[in-house]
Amino acid sequence: MATENQPNPSAVPTPPPASAPAPGASAPAAAPLPTPTPLPNPLAHLPLPFQPVDFLLRGYHVDASVEGGQAVSAAECLAKEGFALDTITGVDWMALGQMEVVYDYFHPTRVLRAVVRARIPRDNPEIPTISGVFPGANWHEREAHDFFGIRFLGHPNLTPFLLPEDATYHPLRKDFAL
Amino acid sequence: MIIEQTKPVLEGPKGDASPGRTDEPIAPGAVRASDAPAATGRETFVINLGPQHPATHGVLRVKMTMDGEYVVRAEPVCGYIHRMHEKMAENRTYAQFLPNTSRIDYLSAMTYTHAFVGAVERAAKIQVPRRAEYIRVITSELNRIASHLVWWGAFLLDLGGFTPLLYAFDDREKILDLLEGITGARLTYCYYRVGGLYNDVDDAFLNGTRTFVTEMRPRLKMYRALVTENIILRKRLIGIGPISAEMCRRYGATGPVIRGSGVSYDVRRLEPYSVYPEFDFEVPTFPEGDSMARYLVRMEEMAQSLRIIEQAVDKLPAGPVMAERVPRVLKLPMGDYCYAVEAARGRFMVRVVSDNKEIPYRVKLRTPCLSNLSLFEEASQGMLLPDALALMGSLDLVIPDIDR
Repeated sequence: MATENQPNPSAVPTPPPASAPAPGASAPAAAPLPTPTPLPNPLAHLPLPFQPVDFLLRGYHVDASVEGGQAVSAAECLAKEGFALDTITGVDWMALGQMEVVYDYFHPTRVLRAVVRARIPRDNPEIPTISGVFPGANWHEREAHDFFGIRFLGHPNLTPFLLPEDATYHPLRKDFAL
Repeated sequence: MIIEQTKPVLEGPKGDASPGRTDEPIAPGAVRASDAPAATGRETFVINLGPQHPATHGVLRVKMTMDGEYVVRAEPVCGYIHRMHEKMAENRTYAQFLPNTSRIDYLSAMTYTHAFVGAVERAAKIQVPRRAEYIRVITSELNRIASHLVWWGAFLLDLGGFTPLLYAFDDREKILDLLEGITGARLTYCYYRVGGLYNDVDDAFLNGTRTFVTEMRPRLKMYRALVTENIILRKRLIGIGPISAEMCRRYGATGPVIRGSGVSYDVRRLEPYSVYPEFDFEVPTFPEGDSMARYLVRMEEMAQSLRIIEQAVDKLPAGPVMAERVPRVLKLPMGDYCYAVEAARGRFMVRVVSDNKEIPYRVKLRTPCLSNLSLFEEASQGMLLPDALALMGSLDLVIPDIDR
């Protein structure tokens, strides 16, 4: 793999974390086996359910699944740690009736990538905005609203960003046919 | 180091008393309060910059509320060339989507395809041969120099200097010829494949690359004497458009923008990928945060890319350029996989979500220009219109990268 020359803190491949998305209606194949050498959790001191993930397998270091209402407090926690907002996006789990909102964070000075996810009902996708914490979230949330119809409550300007100003559709929803 | 050499340049011209400018270097972390008149009951007017304006380099529109010559509010309006690449990804196989990735930022197509094949290789646990990784580094860095040269010429064109564009395109032409020889394309390369490369490089490419490196170094020196130390350019850039490290963090700005604010953030260093850890190179940073700092970061980065290319060509290992067992039909295991690269404009990340089918369940493309432009509204407040355009040019925007 590309990173073969990197020191690998854990030579043992970790099974996907419990928070990995379960696509469609199919359940995960087996329960994750306990790893003999647990990965270090650099964000264990935060009041968030961060799980360490093997960076070489996934491309990020910690992963947390939170309730929709916790998105803002998670953002505040990570902002205090010095994180920067990477991006915000959605994943439409139509078969489960869920909409996943994924917040990616990177740290400008540390080797640390964090992912925060929240699952909200697909028929009423509402989640509070984090644009008060990270002003850069403004455009990412407008884009996620364009593509998935996720309503970011309290957003200052939730108007179409990349789609035409009169767009009434959300093209990345799985029921949007080409 | 290089910062030492550039100090005289950064001291800047003295005695320009127009508001919105300062000759003091901007302290890192400081947001300068503007001297310009605020919109306190004074009459304002709105002008549209773009979507067909040459200074916006493509089809970006900026709705500018002006108080005379001063910007009260500059609101970028995006989406004029939105193509919905992310929906296209959900309707074709991984291999079929690969050419799309080089059309997002057409000036740094190599690094963008690298991120996508990297995500797929990470998910499928494919070992890429070392020779392929070395060639990826060589071509990516050549692509970075070509991209910075386009920025350099076009930026100076924005500021009113026509000649440097011709010099820049002269050098860039040599890179395009080299890359055309091995990839068959001059701009939208699709050279990297999942597991390796489309084909091996020949001696003509390697010798041509060596010649280019030796020829380019004196050219950079000449650019420095001809342009970087030019008093008119310095008056246009020093102290103009200050962006603090904190503003970069809040907006997620990366690439030369954050490095021009004194933060040594480079994906090649902080999330090492490919064989970059094997090369000796510096991450140029300048703490001033103004347009000149961003200019100098890119100029210095070209010299560092030359260093990387030189080392990679010298150390290029023999061997195959394609992994042995790459399945013809790629089905990635369930889960999501990220891969970030340092593109010419900053952090580009691909997030692939797989449900174990031949086509991706979801592909998210995190592009650097979107985050870099999103701070423009805050950063340009109270600036003179021509200074705001200098700031916009120093962000190095590629509009299809924002709109995708």
